[in-house]
Amino acid sequence: MKAALALLVLIAAAPAVADDDHGFSKGERFGEATGEALYRSICQGCHMPDARGARGAGTYPSLAGNARLAGAAYPVLVVLNGRRNMPAFAASLDDAQVAAVVDYVRSHFGNAYEDGVTAEHVAALRTPK
Amino acid sequence: MSSDRSPPISRRALLSLIGRSAGGAAMYQAMTSLGLAAGSSFTGPPRLEGAKPGTSVLILGAGIAGLVAAYELRQAGYRVRILEYNDRPGGRSWTIRGGDTYTELGGQTQRCGFAPGQYFNPGPWRIPFHHRAVLSYAHRFGVALEPFVQVNYNAFVHSSKAFDGRPQRYRHVQSDFQGHVAELLGKATSQGALDGTLTLEDRQRLLEGLRGWGALDAQYAYRSGAPSSEHRGYDVDPGGGLARSAVPSTPVGLSELLKGEVWRAIATGQEYDYQSALFQPVGGMDMIAKAVAQQVGSLIRYRAKVTRIAQDDRGVRVTWADAMHDGALHTERADWCVCTIPLSILGQMELQVGAPMRAAIDAVPYDASIKIALQFKRRFWEQDDAIYGGISYTDLPIDRIAYPAHGYGTAGKAVLLGAYNFGPNAYEFTAMSPAQRIEAALDFGSRIHPQYRSEFDQGFSVGWHRVPYTMGCFGLWSDAARVEHYRNLCAIDGRLVLAGEHASNLPAWQEGAVLSALDAIERLHRKAMA
Repeated sequence: MKAALALLVLIAAAPAVADDDHGFSKGERFGEATGEALYRSICQGCHMPDARGARGAGTYPSLAGNARLAGAAYPVLVVLNGRRNMPAFAASLDDAQVAAVVDYVRSHFGNAYEDGVTAEHVAALRTPK
Repeated sequence: MSSDRSPPISRRALLSLIGRSAGGAAMYQAMTSLGLAAGSSFTGPPRLEGAKPGTSVLILGAGIAGLVAAYELRQAGYRVRILEYNDRPGGRSWTIRGGDTYTELGGQTQRCGFAPGQYFNPGPWRIPFHHRAVLSYAHRFGVALEPFVQVNYNAFVHSSKAFDGRPQRYRHVQSDFQGHVAELLGKATSQGALDGTLTLEDRQRLLEGLRGWGALDAQYAYRSGAPSSEHRGYDVDPGGGLARSAVPSTPVGLSELLKGEVWRAIATGQEYDYQSALFQPVGGMDMIAKAVAQQVGSLIRYRAKVTRIAQDDRGVRVTWADAMHDGALHTERADWCVCTIPLSILGQMELQVGAPMRAAIDAVPYDASIKIALQFKRRFWEQDDAIYGGISYTDLPIDRIAYPAHGYGTAGKAVLLGAYNFGPNAYEFTAMSPAQRIEAALDFGSRIHPQYRSEFDQGFSVGWHRVPYTMGCFGLWSDAARVEHYRNLCAIDGRLVLAGEHASNLPAWQEGAVLSALDAIERLHRKAMA
């Protein structure tokens, strides 16, 4: 029992810490899959955890209860191509990820749009290379 | 430049003659053609003589671009005023020290408790020798500079994909990668693979070159022995007396080096922007901006948030909110305007410019970047690992660890740069709380320096998308946008001209900001004189 416990402690102590990547992506593409994880890892850096945006010398728009999200195409295009100061994510997110994060924002933070976005929708909106 | 014949007149005498007769620009031109000057397009401070008396220029932003523009325009005789959003000069040329507080967008405030003499440059932190414009202003205003260490052969290269995650010395990675490549190319040469490409004479010269460059032995092999140890170091260094001495070390295999892609780390220091010598101002990067600000200090109105820029054929009218007095609105008039406000901010305000400039402003997104400074109780990287300045590289999300290039050998607390990144990881770090960022930086960094946890004192982080006055790190031009919009962004629009790193071909560098400002005011001056 004692030996087994010691072994357990060893296993718990050593590799668990070394392997923890804190959810960070590897390379030039984002690794997160769910809409929530993508929002928490990317969008909230500017639009904030509550999606209400922020105001400094300029403004990050609020996504909460935002009427511009009524049609899915607009947020999909903004995520893919960027808009003004917002960078484009077409090269770092795949179609399913764009669909997931747009879906997440359109169904949270006081938004309740029920028409979901699919990877096929996103693919159709991508600018041909 | 080399010549077999003695020139009939010495180069110095010739340059002095050209300088006297045709001015500094001609002399610079001559220096360039003689191979003595190259790099930055900086040709010395502008000579803007003869401004019409009473002509006014309003400058928006007291970063390095706005400050330099203000200094030079006032020298030329213009009436100059500056509006600045922050309560300090410098903009992104910014240094955090003990006692400073910083509230990022979202409202989280960090208080810096770094020890005296310790600091953190969240923005620019190094100046290459060829950034002549920035260096010239540092020299002109007496800013003390010291070497910035980019390449440190005793720092680490770390890959989680190779060497079982054990950090390797930069020296070993560079020597061994170079040595193995030299040996392979030597074999290819000896075995006839280059017979159709090179003459016999050149093949022999190449083999000799490879032996010296790659530390190969007499048989053109890269292996444990005196030649390789002279590059990668010894297992036991040469010593005195009868002590064990000069025991050669053993190179690591090429396969392991390739697997971890560790060659990426040794390529960086060879790039033009990172070649020695590089410099840093003693005490923090903001020393340069502060020195220029001291020259024009009385012209700056701090905590002034510009909200609207209007113009007609008689002048500009800029509306600004006074953050010192409940946001009271004021209007400032001037004949001309130099606007250095980042495009991320400028694009959001009411702005009276033509469609081409408007489209250019809207075409430039702002990049994500993160820097995290960590203060430790002692310089364990020096005391335990003999790393004095320079940078360790890793494929972990922190990307690198940069050691302070000042205060070597001193006791007490010291600050290193524990993360500096772009790309997806920069977004991910920015989206965290300051406390989470520090925790992640400590966890990743402790895989390279196990001393991290026991020696940690405190940290400070800046994610540039959360910086209230820039809302991003720098203007991220795509090649296509630059082709379509760059000239329109830089062109004078009526009475307004833009300046800053975003209006340069050196994005994110202070040199770009200064060169942009000098180019903008020279054009503005010509127009004002016309």
